[in-house]
Amino acid sequence: MNVTPLQLCLLFSSALFCIGLAGALSRSNTILVLLGVELMLNAANLNFIAFWRFSPSPAASTGVIFVIFAIAVAAAEAAVGLALVIAIYRHQKNIRLQDATQLRG
Amino acid sequence: MIPLILIVLVTLATAVVAMSRRNLIHSVLLLIGTWAGIAAFYLWAGAEFVAFAQMLIYVGAVSMVVLFAVLLTRRSREDATLIPESLGRAFSAFIVAGLAFGLVAFAVLSTQLPARKGGASTISVQQIGTGLMGSHAAALLVIGLILTVALLGAVVIAATEPRESEEDAP
Amino acid sequence: MSVPSLPGTLTSSNGWGTVLAPSSSAAIGSSPDSWLERAPLMLRDYATGWVPEPWRWLLNHLISIALILAVFGLLFAFLTLAERKILGRVQNRPGPNRTGWGGVLQPFADAIKMLTKEDIVPTAADHVLHFIAPVALLAFSILAFAVIPYGRYLVPVELDASVLYFFAAGAATELAVFMAGWASHNKYSLLAAMRALAQLISYELPLLLSWVPVVMLAGTLSTTRIVEAQAGYTGGWVPHWFVLTPWGFAGFVIFFVAALAESNRSPFDLPEAESELIAGHLTEYSGFKYALFFMAEYFGMTALSGMAVTLFLGGWHAPLPLLNVIPSYVWFAIKLLSLLVAFIWIRATLPRLRMDQLTRFAWKFLVPLALINLGTTAFWALSADWPGAMQLVRWLIATAIVIGPFVLLGRTLSAGIAPRTYRYAS
Repeated sequence: MNVTPLQLCLLFSSALFCIGLAGALSRSNTILVLLGVELMLNAANLNFIAFWRFSPSPAASTGVIFVIFAIAVAAAEAAVGLALVIAIYRHQKNIRLQDATQLRG
Repeated sequence: MIPLILIVLVTLATAVVAMSRRNLIHSVLLLIGTWAGIAAFYLWAGAEFVAFAQMLIYVGAVSMVVLFAVLLTRRSREDATLIPESLGRAFSAFIVAGLAFGLVAFAVLSTQLPARKGGASTISVQQIGTGLMGSHAAALLVIGLILTVALLGAVVIAATEPRESEEDAP
Repeated sequence: MSVPSLPGTLTSSNGWGTVLAPSSSAAIGSSPDSWLERAPLMLRDYATGWVPEPWRWLLNHLISIALILAVFGLLFAFLTLAERKILGRVQNRPGPNRTGWGGVLQPFADAIKMLTKEDIVPTAADHVLHFIAPVALLAFSILAFAVIPYGRYLVPVELDASVLYFFAAGAATELAVFMAGWASHNKYSLLAAMRALAQLISYELPLLLSWVPVVMLAGTLSTTRIVEAQAGYTGGWVPHWFVLTPWGFAGFVIFFVAALAESNRSPFDLPEAESELIAGHLTEYSGFKYALFFMAEYFGMTALSGMAVTLFLGGWHAPLPLLNVIPSYVWFAIKLLSLLVAFIWIRATLPRLRMDQLTRFAWKFLVPLALINLGTTAFWALSADWPGAMQLVRWLIATAIVIGPFVLLGRTLSAGIAPRTYRYAS
């Protein structure tokens, strides 16, 4: 079957999303989980740009503007997440996700 | 198609290796390579402004934040090397991710998506500017607010020491 | 038959920058079509005439890459010599003058020395990162040279967002500093790399904020069009360079100071000073890799000077209309060299800043001034159409908004420190 460039781009972004998902689910180091989440956000941005590139009217800049906003929000979320990691480290002296159980049950 | 396939292969390869390395610093540096690959994809698609913004923000700033966090949350050099994960957990994560990818790939490959023929067209910075300040001005102001709040919150969280643990060694 | 090119980049058919319409500059008496101006284009056309049509594009870019590497490599070599001679003369000593005709062969002697030194890498160091760090630093510093317009028709790559590209390439150099510190497996190197990184990210904010007013008034992020926007002369002799306006002068000074800090030059050279943690993040580097770090620093300095010339000093425009007989690339070279001599002069004059003084200067002085400069520029743009006599008022108000916060902030920050008293030897 022949894959159009648009389908290739979408497969690329979903593959990146699933790699990020696998990374976030399987690691127990908080920073690596955050990196997996960042990868997932980037994959979503890729999706937007792929659809913008192959859309019938690329002069409509909505896709590009949305990606700019998404990059800004992802960067803010990374900063807050890493500040939380530092705060957790101060409390429990390591950053294993499984050890942060104080709010459980 | 050839540049696209090259970019896809390099980015996916760096992402896979980044998520599986045991050395945390190597993981972060390979992820930076992934972000650079994504910026190359944006350049291929003709969104130059977004590509340079991606490089500036991710490779230039988010990577610094992550590296600082890695270095501030370890007690010795060996803490940057992680213990291997439990095999069962990794296996189930692969299964879940594989199922998700299979589902989306099936959906993508079986849909007739309308695609415009022809090469990429650039969007000029002028158009992005008029769009941001014109029809998306409200979103721009909200983003500014989000960034300010996130910055202040991150600084407050990371900077305040808990009262009782005064014996923290730097 | 068609040569693949990255879609979206404006490459004209011959690969170098687009030819500017002569009508915009003919009115001011310059000579865009003179033989000297077109000489590089004619040479390039002659050289690429040897290959068939599909490969001309590739040969164009290869020529421009080779030229940039050759010119700026030689400039780096003689800049090290010039620095040592100027520093020597300021300090009342001759500088290197033994190696051939007053010292001109000194850079080549230094290169041979660096190449023949033993390359020592600690056993516990991370060999891959240790090797990649200087290479990555140099690569990103050289990438920044691609968007600077060196002459009227001489810009290697013309992009729509070229200023953003330049600073994105510069931001990636900070990573290499961290890699160097981490890979050395030396806790003092790591500490020094963290300090160097803190300095770099502190000064990145004033650096980026200082050219936002320029983009605001030129209306474009493209370096060629920013230089075009500074064309023209008022009253026949005052050029329209941005540095000659109140907000442009403030922006240029902030950009210059932040460029000093971004390239780790004195007085901000804490990361590489010999008395600070041995050699900072470069402790475990020897021989050619050490030379590569300094090459990257000088390239960064040159690229930032080139960008300062483009953004504030009018690019390749001549200061007076009758001096347009001298070609544009010569003017660019003169302005670039004067900025580099200013870098060296400042190094010879000012003492080094301590880490806390450095960060305080960035966050509490430069960032507020850069933000106030944005307001000044907004006022300037909105008052551009005031009638004749009000233009003087506009200049006075803009100058007041620039000078007022500078003096007030300076007084506030140096409040607890007594005025300097000198004691001279009798």
